[in-house]
Amino acid sequence: MAGAKEIRTQIKSIQNTQKITKAMEMVAASKMRKAQDRMRASRPYAEKMRNVVAHMGKAHPEYKHPYLIEREAKRVGLIVISTDRGLCGGLNINLFKSAISSMQEWRGQNLDIDLAVIGTKAMSFFKRLGGNVVSENSHLGDTPRVEELIGSVKVMLDAYNEGRIDRLYIANNVFVNTMTQNPAVEQLLPVVGDECDENLKHHWDYIYEPDAKSVMDGLLMRYIESLVYQGLVENIACEMAARMVAMKAASDNAGTLIDELQLVYNKARQAAITQELSEIVSGAAAV
Amino acid sequence: MAITFHVDIVSAEAEIFSGKASMVFAPAEMGEVGIAPRHTPLLTRLKAGEVRVQLEGKEEQFFYVSGGMLEIQPHVVTVLADTAMRAADIDEAAAQRVKARAEKAMSDKKSDFDYAKAQAELAEAVAQLRAIQHIRDKGGR
Repeated sequence: MAGAKEIRTQIKSIQNTQKITKAMEMVAASKMRKAQDRMRASRPYAEKMRNVVAHMGKAHPEYKHPYLIEREAKRVGLIVISTDRGLCGGLNINLFKSAISSMQEWRGQNLDIDLAVIGTKAMSFFKRLGGNVVSENSHLGDTPRVEELIGSVKVMLDAYNEGRIDRLYIANNVFVNTMTQNPAVEQLLPVVGDECDENLKHHWDYIYEPDAKSVMDGLLMRYIESLVYQGLVENIACEMAARMVAMKAASDNAGTLIDELQLVYNKARQAAITQELSEIVSGAAAV
Repeated sequence: MAITFHVDIVSAEAEIFSGKASMVFAPAEMGEVGIAPRHTPLLTRLKAGEVRVQLEGKEEQFFYVSGGMLEIQPHVVTVLADTAMRAADIDEAAAQRVKARAEKAMSDKKSDFDYAKAQAELAEAVAQLRAIQHIRDKGGR
């Protein structure tokens, strides 16, 4: 049996770890609330944007925007949104798994893949795996702003405009609730139309000022950006929730470990005392 | 009661206004537009300026937008406000920046992204040490 002193040091070190995980749990819990608020705050914009784009899909403009036209795919783009930091359970790994299964499917159809990564975890993962990463963006913090994403999105949109990629997807975690976060891969381009609004079935069109092309360009660019932004804030909420759960599990595990070690320690202490006593008694008997 | 229509003003980071109005004025790119109920569908860009919303009573509310999009449907007006400063060359610079970062991270073998490799090496070293320890223990006794 190990000496009492070693067990005591081990208990001490586990207690220190437990303190850290507990603190991280509480930090994640408070950050999660803020992240969820932010997720909710940005939702109206994404919804309105989706409405407007859906309306536009129903209009009959003289100009057909390339983002609305399905074309034969040779190469696809994938935007992967991951976290910057670890210690959040299987969140990133699950996301990468689903991204990779999609990528394998595309490879099976002889499609090449360009990656745009957001977050250091995705960067290091795809660097190791060997993907064609065309843009990297990280350290956006807990309160990302839209202008920090413009670069990443523009790289992909430019590639689409120039015909280097023919489809664009986004992979991020979708927040269901604190306990559940689901990885999802969704298509951004070409824009998939929503269900039709009844009032808009007849033939009509907007007035465009100054002209259809520039208005649609601006609108669709913002549409894609808003979807990516929404994906990012949602991913942050997922990160915080996952970290909170993971750290709670770690603290609990540390607790049980300490209890077990405490028991072993008590036994060792007791054994040492008994031994000492019996030595004294037998010594006295010898005299 | 005056005829009203629904107005939504949203930006990417928050909802700014949602409610009924009898008249809306917005700084469209080709000049300020005033929107009354049952306006014909219109889609335009906004430039920086002031959006004025006339509520049902004659009360008015003002919002500043730095740009964005305006959609008009006969009974719904949507203002999608930008929060970011937008210009072609600023966007281009941002795109260049993320590209450069990707290239740097992919080529730079010693960057601090290399946790994964370092971790693998560490695990290997630990395994070796453990093996040595094992052999020593056996030999010692």
